[in-house]
Amino acid sequence: MNFSDFLPSGIELGYLVAAGLFIVGLKKLGSPASARQGNLVAAIGMLVAIVATLLNQGVLNYQMILVAILLGSAIGAVMAQRVEMTAMPQMVGLLNGFGGAASALVAVGEYWRYMQQVDNIPLSETVTIILSVLIGGITFTGSMLAFVKLQGLITGQPITYGFQQPFNISLLITFLVGSGLLITDPHNSEIFLGLIAISLLLGVLFVLPIGGADTPVVISLLNSFSGLAASAAGFVLSNNMLIISGALVGSSGIILTQIMCKAMNRSLGNVLFSAFGSAKKFEDAAAEGSQDRTLHTIDTEEGAMMLGYARSVVIVPGYGMAVAQAQHAVRELADQLERLGVDVKYAIHPVAGRMPGHMNVLLAEANVPYPQLYDMEDINPEFDRVDVALVIGANDVVNPAARTNQSSPIYGMPILEVDKAQHTIVVKRGMNAGFSGVENELFYKDKTLMLFGGAKDVVSLLVTAVKELN
Amino acid sequence: MIDPLITGLVVFVLATFIGFEVINKIPPTLHTPLMSGSNAISGIAIVGALLVAGDKNWSLTVILGLLAVVLATINVVGGFLVTDRMLQMFKKKDVKA
Repeated sequence: MNFSDFLPSGIELGYLVAAGLFIVGLKKLGSPASARQGNLVAAIGMLVAIVATLLNQGVLNYQMILVAILLGSAIGAVMAQRVEMTAMPQMVGLLNGFGGAASALVAVGEYWRYMQQVDNIPLSETVTIILSVLIGGITFTGSMLAFVKLQGLITGQPITYGFQQPFNISLLITFLVGSGLLITDPHNSEIFLGLIAISLLLGVLFVLPIGGADTPVVISLLNSFSGLAASAAGFVLSNNMLIISGALVGSSGIILTQIMCKAMNRSLGNVLFSAFGSAKKFEDAAAEGSQDRTLHTIDTEEGAMMLGYARSVVIVPGYGMAVAQAQHAVRELADQLERLGVDVKYAIHPVAGRMPGHMNVLLAEANVPYPQLYDMEDINPEFDRVDVALVIGANDVVNPAARTNQSSPIYGMPILEVDKAQHTIVVKRGMNAGFSGVENELFYKDKTLMLFGGAKDVVSLLVTAVKELN
Repeated sequence: MIDPLITGLVVFVLATFIGFEVINKIPPTLHTPLMSGSNAISGIAIVGALLVAGDKNWSLTVILGLLAVVLATINVVGGFLVTDRMLQMFKKKDVKA
């Protein structure tokens, strides 16, 4: 018996440890107090998995591998350091894409190895390779397009064209037929290349018709796909480590996707195929009856008085606040209010940001303590007892039409019930409709006071005015 | 001998259940770090990439494998570091600078 006889079992045990560390790490991510440690535990798990793999006797190409790892680490580290917190959805999108691409490349590489060495490719192998290329390819190009859209390099509006769905479906059928042909003739590399091309194309076509407001769903779904792609690569290589980790990520992404869909009261199918938010659909809905109603406007001094003399204030931040980079000013306002003895809380709608939990990160960056952040279910029952709800750059998520108006496109969507507060102050740039293009009747209520202006300017003025109160 | 495909399927399904159980308990506040952290975990494709890139002789397989190693490493390193950067910011009370 020598050392190398034990190696394969040792590697498998290493993988077991790594998978355990991933699960413990994810579990620790469940509370803000232990989350950072959890992330570290997961990272150690990854290190264990990599080291175990390098012990594999088939892995000999050490120099080149080292170069590749150093290159990847350098790029990854720089990206992680440089990225703005507002750009986090793009960052995650990009990383999803890289993960998906890596998984697909593994499958393509395996296919090539079979082409060179064995005369007979086993059926299960062909099937898993096809699956891996499909999922990995879609994840790659879909994520890249999502990145480009989020980064604003192309329009965030849904892009639609005639016969979009029939075309996509025929493409999918072509893929299935091609897969059948490849299974009967695994050595036909032209068909294989065709399948790769279709997979890449499908990723683009899948994200193209999805609008900016729906990106939280897309990012979550692609996150899930990147996990499934890793699992599929695991099936190709019969490697449990890949299968387990991929499954964990896959289920995580699916859960987040469900939460996002629920928060918008839409089914996944509706998000993917309806091109929601394309302006033409809701023009008439927005036009009706908005002219003859009056808005109550106030200036920042009046606003500061109301806030300063309130007992409790709930701040409702929307993405408009983040776009205006007003987080720090908002936090300063909260500090000043607390100095006056006002009870300040933040109400966070699940789709307040551009990805699940995004708003929480943006506020955390501005040093808002996390115990002050309340989820929708926790804060909604409290609005009755709130003196002032301060809505900053949010629109659809506070629109009472979601509760009352059955004909509204957002009817049924869970909202933050700010209209139940004694008064609502809405900080808003202008009277544009929200992402969904729907008119907001909250603005016309008697107890709603509008404070027009850019979020950052208005909040800074509020801070100055509140400072003068005693 | 059981088909490795079946073994893989068993492992996959059980791991999915664990994933659902663990991740369902994570509060919305932490959903972005969860996503970037789990994203880093999906960089586990690096293990597959290393196996594919491992051959000492140059071939298309090795080149694809090395490319996959680079991409997966970006995914892993970028994912874990950015998650750490975010989680660092989650504080109970603010520390006055």
